[in-house]
Amino acid sequence: MERIPILGMGRFLLVTIQIEMDDGVALRLQEDLTARIEKTGARGVLIDISALEMVDSFIGRMIGNISAMSHILNARTVLIGMQPAVAITLVELGLTLTGVKTALNVERGMALLAASDEDGEDASGQE
Amino acid sequence: MTNAQSRTHTIVKKYGNEMLAGWMNELSGSLRTDRRISQSELSAQTREFLALLETASSSDGIQNLEGAQWTPLRDFLDSISRSRAEQGFSSDETAMFIFSFKKPLFERLRKDFGDNPQLLAEETWNATELLDKLGLHTIKSFQRAREAVINRQQEELLELSTPVVKLWEGILALPMIGTLDSARTQVVMESLLQRIVETGSETAIIDITGVPTVDTLTAQHLLKTVTAIRMMGADCIISGIRPQIAQTIVHLGIDLQGITTKATLADALALALKRMGFAVSRTKG
Repeated sequence: MERIPILGMGRFLLVTIQIEMDDGVALRLQEDLTARIEKTGARGVLIDISALEMVDSFIGRMIGNISAMSHILNARTVLIGMQPAVAITLVELGLTLTGVKTALNVERGMALLAASDEDGEDASGQE
Repeated sequence: MTNAQSRTHTIVKKYGNEMLAGWMNELSGSLRTDRRISQSELSAQTREFLALLETASSSDGIQNLEGAQWTPLRDFLDSISRSRAEQGFSSDETAMFIFSFKKPLFERLRKDFGDNPQLLAEETWNATELLDKLGLHTIKSFQRAREAVINRQQEELLELSTPVVKLWEGILALPMIGTLDSARTQVVMESLLQRIVETGSETAIIDITGVPTVDTLTAQHLLKTVTAIRMMGADCIISGIRPQIAQTIVHLGIDLQGITTKATLADALALALKRMGFAVSRTKG
């Protein structure tokens, strides 16, 4: 059973997807991550998908769902390093990931999370 | 069929030169004012055609133009069509090359079989069928040559029209020129996204000054590109929206909410610099 590791970084969690995501892996990630946020009270989640080369509609939806779930648990999600092919595929599938914050790399994602954390509750989910 | 074919063969072999003169007469009548092709070139082509026709009609299967013995003649016609297409001839002018051979050939047939109406009719029909097929083949390859030219130009246009320019550290610009269709949008989107990843740029400016019209489809393509850029973690500004296009967008009811739009590329660059924390100031006077 493959699992995607979730690393704690201060008040934030870092999820790096290094393997090809299949439906099972995505579902397990959803459960692990929500449990982890609840346990640690993390304020932000960075999901690095720079190694992800392929997505289907299910994985695309899962990414959106995970982000929405973290939001409900009071953690902001930032999606990092989406590849051009993945972005084009998601747009063609009609999944625009509205409300999900994105950044080009981990550094900027971190800065984004820190900024929104300082701004308080209402700074996120504007788009 | 064997008879008809050997007769054609015999006539071509026997009266080739005579018909050649008649043919050249016909051709120069229609092409007298034409400077795209010289008389000597034309006569060389007619001579080669007759020689090839003679060889091809010597064996069986005159009705089957796809047969192996017709290959040299077909290749010859292909090359003629290609050169005609490049020289700028129209398709009917190209086909006339073959069809104008009918007159001298029919005259010859009348002289030979004038006393036998049935045979004359049969021979005429055979010759017509053969020349029609050859003519159609010429038109077909002429069109193929033209299409190849068009395809090549389209590809070149596609490559020419998608330059991604670096305006500043972290700011990319894409000046779009020409109509935005699905194929072009795809290429534009891919090259822009690729450059964003390569350079790590935070802001991309799409300038549509050179886009003549915006309809719902174009707007949808733009929206897709903007969404893809946003999902990758960069910002997108659309600039160069002319008054007419602004009017069209509103009249069509296209929703550009959530997308930053500016009138000129300069405004977009100023905004991008401001977002990145740069200030432009004047040092003289």
